[in-house]
Amino acid sequence: MQDFGAAFRLAGHLLVSGDPDLLEIVARSLAVSLGAVLVACLIGLPLGALIGFLRFPGRRAIVVFLNALMGLPPVVIGLLVYMMLSRAGPLGPLGLLYTPTAMVIAQAVLVTPLVAALARQTVETLAAEYDEYFQSLAVPWHAALGALLWDGRSALVTVALAGFGRAIAEVGAVIIVGGNIDHLTRVMTTAIALETSKGDLALALALGMVLILLSVGVNAAVMGVRSRAVEAGHG
Amino acid sequence: MLNRRTFVGLATAVALTASSLLAAANDAKSILLQSTTSTANSGLFDYLLPLFTEKTGIRVDVVAVGTGQAIKNAENGDGDVLFVHAKADEEAFVAAGHGVKRFDVMYNDFVVVGPKADPAGVAGGRDAAAALKAIADVEAPFASRGDDSGTYKAELKLWQKAKVDVKAASGGWYRETGSGMGQTLNVAAGMGAYALTDRATWAAFENKGDLAVLVEGDTALFNQYGVILVNPEKHPTVKADLGQTFVDWLVSKEGQAAIAGFTIGGEQLFYPNATPSGS
Repeated sequence: MQDFGAAFRLAGHLLVSGDPDLLEIVARSLAVSLGAVLVACLIGLPLGALIGFLRFPGRRAIVVFLNALMGLPPVVIGLLVYMMLSRAGPLGPLGLLYTPTAMVIAQAVLVTPLVAALARQTVETLAAEYDEYFQSLAVPWHAALGALLWDGRSALVTVALAGFGRAIAEVGAVIIVGGNIDHLTRVMTTAIALETSKGDLALALALGMVLILLSVGVNAAVMGVRSRAVEAGHG
Repeated sequence: MLNRRTFVGLATAVALTASSLLAAANDAKSILLQSTTSTANSGLFDYLLPLFTEKTGIRVDVVAVGTGQAIKNAENGDGDVLFVHAKADEEAFVAAGHGVKRFDVMYNDFVVVGPKADPAGVAGGRDAAAALKAIADVEAPFASRGDDSGTYKAELKLWQKAKVDVKAASGGWYRETGSGMGQTLNVAAGMGAYALTDRATWAAFENKGDLAVLVEGDTALFNQYGVILVNPEKHPTVKADLGQTFVDWLVSKEGQAAIAGFTIGGEQLFYPNATPSGS
């Protein structure tokens, strides 16, 4: 398999030459997946925290259900979102199918349960520690929730990164709702699938390497921000 | 509080970047074309569509899937124009009121590819059904699309003609990949299997490995492409004017000449055969 060496050289060449098509696809991948993670966090973090913090009947069942949703296959989510957004579907009039927005929606649906389930775990552990303190000061529930989310931020950033990892790596959902349209909805993973289907394995693998670098870059950037934030917090 | 501000700032930056990039899905004159992998992956569209866009200013966004899926998407109203290769299904699509009118655009042919060692001894033959029968007789591995594509439908017709019950052999020597043409060729290359492919995808395919064209030239391997404007009366969101412009251009003298001008390695891959009246 001489494809490995060729892939390395090609990946290097693509990065060094700043291929405009590649940059466009990289930017779109980032925009879609970061957008989806943002939406997922806005919904999933408070939702997960509520489930982790409050005590109510049926809570255990909800936790099991939420954890199970983490394993939903992207292709099923893609299909569901396709059926919702198709012109023949209930949300058809919005005309969102085959747009980057549709891809954000699909990935947000994919990632929200993951974010909520992991946030639930984090907040639940923290809430047990803080329980006495909240009770003695009679802290109202919404203030307590805010404090828990804020004090758990370091772990919750990791939760968001896990969500980002799932979003940026998936191909099943975005290829159905985005359609892999050149210069419109093509992202890294759908481009890799396309080049594989063309039999250009070296280029496909090179794109895969770029995707890994991208993921490393995002994680490193977030870690950098986090450690600086922690330092500032102590200083 | 610096760190809270950092967090909010980061989130805002992400939101702004995302929304600005996503909003770039521009509202220029464009149509959505539901088509097949063979026309996109062969490079035909990369060559053909810019010529059309240059002339008319209409951008063509292509969703390249199997013919069955493309037709289904168009039936849902998710596309302005359908450009596929399964004539009977296309005619049914028009008859059901989903399409305005079907036009022949171009043709090429299917070929049987297989390992150079050729365990079934079909190389050089012209009779596709006889070749498939020979492959079935020695139970040599055959990689099939196994999806709802035009190529798969053509393949099933050939098996029928060869009087071979492939369903019984599925999972044995007959392997249904359930995926696109390129993926199926990757599988065939990987396991040294025979496969039926359209000539265009084959010519542009870069992972041929040990595979070669073994059988070609049978009239049963004829592969006709047709174009249909999705019916705006049934699907009001269809951009009828822009879509019709594209259909008209494809079957026009100019469009037909452009199709004939597309080659890979000096080989012409699609042969224009539009008749102005359509069917």
